[in-house]
Amino acid sequence: MILTREVAELKRPEDVVRVRQVARALALQAGFGLVDQTKIVTAVSELGRNALIHGGGGTATLEVIEEGIRRGLRIVFRDEGPGIADVERALQDGYTTSGGLGIGLGGARRLMNEFEISSSPGKGTTVTIARWK
Amino acid sequence: MDKIPILRMGRFLLVTIQVDMHDQLALALQEDLTSRIVKDGARGVLIDISSLEIVDSFIGRMLGTIASMSRMLDAETVLVGMQPAVAITMVELGLALPGVRTALDVDKGMEMLRSRIGPDGEMTGHDPDP
Ligand SMILES: Nc1ncnc2c1ncn2[C@@H]1O[C@H](COP(=O)(O)OP(=O)(O)OP(=O)(O)O)[C@@H](O)[C@H]1O
Ligand SMILES: [Mg+2]
Repeated sequence: MILTREVAELKRPEDVVRVRQVARALALQAGFGLVDQTKIVTAVSELGRNALIHGGGGTATLEVIEEGIRRGLRIVFRDEGPGIADVERALQDGYTTSGGLGIGLGGARRLMNEFEISSSPGKGTTVTIARWK
Repeated sequence: MDKIPILRMGRFLLVTIQVDMHDQLALALQEDLTSRIVKDGARGVLIDISSLEIVDSFIGRMLGTIASMSRMLDAETVLVGMQPAVAITMVELGLALPGVRTALDVDKGMEMLRSRIGPDGEMTGHDPDP
């Protein structure tokens, strides 16, 4: 069951800041403690920036969800950019095509309980992450 | 706000990051800081991140770059006031910040710089830089 849903655009650098703020507010609403909030917001920052920089812009959909007695936060990042040809490689720490540190994708996966990525070259990338309380 | 203020304290510079920075603001700080190190002949830089709620790969890279650029310009950088939740998250993210010194608060950071560089002398020397 979806308790709250927010959709945010990722078109400009300031949008990444805003998505971080929305993620913080929803994490708080879902009842996460400070460390979990920090992990969620950090993962959101990484994937939001990726959608903006590598994906040429996109959207983030943030949802507070409930499954039985557990509550969590799920975020879906979508872009229609160039996509990722080799996802396994992109997930490796240190792999970057843009002079970054190359830790965003792998790091976001470590920070969350669920991580799913689907990408097709030329069509875009969708990354879904979730963390449960 | 489109600039992060840099405060001069004797031979040290103090930067307090108080906003949720977007990437351009972080890049501007990197540039401002290196030019101020040269202009003020600063020997140390204290970056207070106690109000920073996250350090992600971009901010981490910027902090690392500031530290290595400062070192080239003969100034030491100390990162002060990192929140415990931020530290825990950075480790899991995989952000190590090699070569960046840290201290618990501004006072301890200042002590660290003084012990490495020597007393900065002119602590009262206020710089009315705009
Ligand atoms: N949404 C996306 N669209 C297209 N390519 C992407 C996308 N997200 C990631 N990539 C590719 O995967 C690589 C690794 O991403 P990752 O976030 O791990 O590192 P990075 O963004 O290069 O650096 P940083 O450590 O600063 O995040 C990127 O360099 C890019 O080539
Ligand atoms: Mg990235």
